[in-house]
Amino acid sequence: MTSVLSDINQEESHYAPKQAYFNPYEQNGGTVLAVAGEDFSVIASDTRLSQGFSIHTRDLPKTYKLTSSTVLGACGFHGDTLTLTKILQARLKMYEHEHNKKMSTTAVAAMLSTMLYSRRFFPFYVYNIVAGLDEEGKGCVFSFDPVGSYERETYRAGGSASAMLQPLLDNQIGFKNQHGVTKTPLSQEKAIKLVKDVFISAAERDIYTGDAIVLNLITKDGVKVETFPLRRD
Amino acid sequence: MALAGVCGFQQNVAKSPCTLGNGISDNLIDGAIHSSHNFTMPSNFDPVENLKQFTDPKSDVKIQFNHGTTTLAFKFQHGVIVAVDSRATAGSWIASQTVKKVIEINPYLLGTMAGGAADCSYWERVLAKHCRIYELRNKERISVAAASKLLANIVYGYKGMGLSMGTMICGWDKKGPGLYYVDSDGQRMTNPIFSVGSGSLYAYGVLDSGYKWELTVDEAIDLGRRAIYHATHRDAYSGGVVNLYHMKETGWEFISQTDVLDLHYKYQEEKQARR
Repeated sequence: MTSVLSDINQEESHYAPKQAYFNPYEQNGGTVLAVAGEDFSVIASDTRLSQGFSIHTRDLPKTYKLTSSTVLGACGFHGDTLTLTKILQARLKMYEHEHNKKMSTTAVAAMLSTMLYSRRFFPFYVYNIVAGLDEEGKGCVFSFDPVGSYERETYRAGGSASAMLQPLLDNQIGFKNQHGVTKTPLSQEKAIKLVKDVFISAAERDIYTGDAIVLNLITKDGVKVETFPLRRD
Repeated sequence: MALAGVCGFQQNVAKSPCTLGNGISDNLIDGAIHSSHNFTMPSNFDPVENLKQFTDPKSDVKIQFNHGTTTLAFKFQHGVIVAVDSRATAGSWIASQTVKKVIEINPYLLGTMAGGAADCSYWERVLAKHCRIYELRNKERISVAAASKLLANIVYGYKGMGLSMGTMICGWDKKGPGLYYVDSDGQRMTNPIFSVGSGSLYAYGVLDSGYKWELTVDEAIDLGRRAIYHATHRDAYSGGVVNLYHMKETGWEFISQTDVLDLHYKYQEEKQARR
């Protein structure tokens, strides 16, 4: 690096005070996507874990099954994801033992929000999306910012290709700014087809998305996991 | 802790973390498991300085808190009108167009959200808890003045640590309608009209030109809606829908949710008709 500096700059940098930064985060890429239907929800992620221009692994799904009706999607810094999911599993276990029932998706979302906020001054660098079924058996998706602001939605993309996927979902699922369209409820088949399509598109243009999709279909019968290959370049 | 061990935690990995808030924790992980009341930080850690790297556009790692808003509230003879937009932005990216920026604290208290979305929703939830405890202890509802002061005192305790919150606490108590502005700097004041957020200038313009104490309910609702619409029209960081609440003697009532796109054409037609 110093070779590109001029002599004057080199002299200056010799005397100038140096600031040391505490830099505990990395961007590991990856994309997650969740869609809620009437009585199901789909949450999918790619399986690539990268850092800068190199790919660490091609086989790391960023979705985590929490209960039989709740799945978490998390991307950002993988180190923080590991800690966060570990604490989440512990809290779920404690809840189950205390209350003798599994935690509902809405409760998981509320808990995750306070867990994220407990690190308000040293945040988990993780973008979370929780998908599942609510207490009435309806599909639900909750999206979070890194410090715990959250909202219930019907579809949400998060992670490195979120800015490419979200507008597509607005058009295909939200029917945004389209006049005279009949808003047909989303079927399971169409949701899955759409999720695959948008991931293929994201892998085409985003270097941090690729290798494979892991797709979780959450219904009253539990979570069904499917895998589909993506571009591996 | 045994459970921590079962779940695969290594004890004493993180030594001497410093915690804030109303709990005492001697272990980083312990604190995270037991409660969300502790704010975990490494020791000798300056949150403001260390969060700067996330807002740097050159950095790979970016945490952009949701910002940008127009919110307003005003008192008039029939109570308080609260109107807000629904856009959340992270830099130039519109993170959401469907944010609930009016926070329902209890049936007689509303808070608004401007600044950090997480900061507002978290601390107003904490305020809701305190208000409920007050009710149980004193067998009467908390006053708007007291509720807003609770919030102001809580966030003042975190001054200089980077909280970002500009909120209006609206309610109805023994003194009638109440409206207070509270922010994360520790400011707290009362006034008949407030507008907060990046679009507040535009909202104030409309509000001031149409405001009087003697407004009817319908007029007041229309004024609030118009002010938010004009703010969303000129402020890029505001948009989505207008959410409108009316605080009455019997508590708050949700009035309407209107897409600003529909309002645009409605007001455009009105303009045409006047010509």
